[in-house]
Amino acid sequence: MSANLQEQRTAYWNANLRILGVCLAIWFIAGFLLPIFLVDALNTISLGGYPLGFWVAQQGSIYTFLALIFFYAWRMNKLDREFDVDED
Amino acid sequence: MELKTMIYLVVGASFLLYIGIAIWARASTTGEFYVAGKGVNPIANGMATAADWMSAASFISMAGLIAFLGYSGSVYLMGWTGGYVLMALLLAPYLRKFGKFTVPEFVGDRFYSTGARVVAVICLLIISITYVVGQMRGVGIVFSRFLEVDILIGLIAGMSIVFIYAVLGGMKGITYTQIAQYVVLIFAYTVPAVFISIQLTGWFLPQFGLGGTLSGSDGVYLLNALDSMMVDLGFNEYSTNSSFSTLNMFLLTMSLMIGTAGLPHVIIRFFTVPRVRDARKSAGWALVFIALLYTTAPAVGAMAMYNLVNTLYPGGVGNVSEAMVYDERPSWMRTWERTGLLNFDDKNDDGRIQYYNQNNPPAWVAENNLQGNELARLDRDIMVLANPEIAALPNWVIALVAAGGIAAALSTAAGLLLAISSAISHDLLKGVWMPNISEKNELLAGRLSMVAAILLAGYLGLNPPGFAAEVVALAFGLAAASLFPVLMMGIFYKRMNKEGAIAGMLAGLLSTMLYIFLFKGWFFFPGTNLLVDNADNWIFGISPQSFGTVGAVINVIVAVTVAKLTAPPPQEIQDLVESVRVPRADATS
Repeated sequence: MSANLQEQRTAYWNANLRILGVCLAIWFIAGFLLPIFLVDALNTISLGGYPLGFWVAQQGSIYTFLALIFFYAWRMNKLDREFDVDED
Repeated sequence: MELKTMIYLVVGASFLLYIGIAIWARASTTGEFYVAGKGVNPIANGMATAADWMSAASFISMAGLIAFLGYSGSVYLMGWTGGYVLMALLLAPYLRKFGKFTVPEFVGDRFYSTGARVVAVICLLIISITYVVGQMRGVGIVFSRFLEVDILIGLIAGMSIVFIYAVLGGMKGITYTQIAQYVVLIFAYTVPAVFISIQLTGWFLPQFGLGGTLSGSDGVYLLNALDSMMVDLGFNEYSTNSSFSTLNMFLLTMSLMIGTAGLPHVIIRFFTVPRVRDARKSAGWALVFIALLYTTAPAVGAMAMYNLVNTLYPGGVGNVSEAMVYDERPSWMRTWERTGLLNFDDKNDDGRIQYYNQNNPPAWVAENNLQGNELARLDRDIMVLANPEIAALPNWVIALVAAGGIAAALSTAAGLLLAISSAISHDLLKGVWMPNISEKNELLAGRLSMVAAILLAGYLGLNPPGFAAEVVALAFGLAAASLFPVLMMGIFYKRMNKEGAIAGMLAGLLSTMLYIFLFKGWFFFPGTNLLVDNADNWIFGISPQSFGTVGAVINVIVAVTVAKLTAPPPQEIQDLVESVRVPRADATS
């Protein structure tokens, strides 16, 4: 492997880890911070008939997880093309 | 048409569909048998993954759990969906790039060690076999309840169906049957939910209905009504936490998440798509199809609870003189009484049934001199299965729910059986004992081990070891503590070597088993537990169910420590890790 290619690989991997870090931070906020640790504070706000903390725990977190996976897939496909490592 | 005839008709039609698909999708190569020829469309794979994942527990038990736990039930909703984020981001694309057939194969190759592969097979077998017991039990219950046959006949029927399509088609047959099973199960789950949501709140979508106002109530929200209803019965508020400490809520959710991401039968589904980017996207589609059921379940749970309490107290909660007259109980209660899952006991002989929390009796209990809670048994699993009857929906909906419950249990059982049989034929037989076996013989061995796995599952379903409920928690805890960390470190920590991986897996596996056995008894034998299973005895207040997270941390700490003290992995392994990290490794070279 040439030194240049090695550098490219490291840059690609580091960019991947940065995207991962952001996504996992959002995953933690949506899956733990808001619906478990801050639930009582959020429940003082209402979303229609839902106390907000309860809504995040039983609905919002799942929608966030969904959006997160599709965002990650889209962002990684873009990164693959930027580094010319995509599959076709 | 009579209900029983209708059920036979609908369930029979769904079986014909599965068998038809199985014949069409026969596997003729090991590639087709193990990974469906790696040619499954990512959306189709997402649907199959959803059916694979959503078991009898998701379909039958989860809404009931939430109905009784309220907000605390969120651990299951978040835990079992959040795991897909971890799987999509940390495992699926890399394992697909690696491009082999099984999870132990990845562990064995990445850690250049047959020993590591065998340890991974052991983890996989413990996880999958414990998990499949629960599925076979679910199949038996649905059959014996809805088709009114003996549980033995129910089990044999279920096993024969799985036998036909799993043995014949392997992963290819399973994948396409699972797609059909997903359609059946999601339809069966959402149709009654939509009807009930419209009846109660006027909202078509149950997801909105749960946050909506009750029809004809001048703007009273369903959740507020439920909160005060539960408090009036002496229970805790529905929408706030009452069942877990914050620490356990956190650890259990995390445990279910990393357990989900570490379940081998779900992971192998991502080996079946053509490309790395399909694996990423496919995890998203899997969660789309799962979320359809998982965002409906909280509404089903809450509405079933609301309907149930209103049926028991037609004159309002606490109106003892107008409580349900036992002889006038609705027909669905009579049906379920016969199964023993529902039981009344008129303690004060007034012919009416009073339901409340005995441990925290509300004021009206003493005022009316009640003798105790008279709804002696109310099994949580009734909530979903009886739902269409509670709401007086037409017979075809009830028949559909029966078919859906069977589809959910069979699809998961098939996925697990495939994981078990490929671990035996591919990892143990070809990988360890007979490396020179021909493809034709390996395929035969795969089918034979599938037959053995089905017979074992059937036997265990018939003679459950008496710990069916604990078993699922154990499977998740072990997956979280053993397989997930080793897979992740294999990808993200290049320096991890075989000594570290093996030590980590064993440490995670053994510490989690030990902790669970400490409270539940050695191998779940009653009376052999060393500590009483309650919050006062739990070490640092951690419940056995939540321990998987701790086991995973132990795994990582032990693995990293051992790896630091031993030689780094050889250069070709480090290159292998490099190549797994990039979708097209030969790029710009």
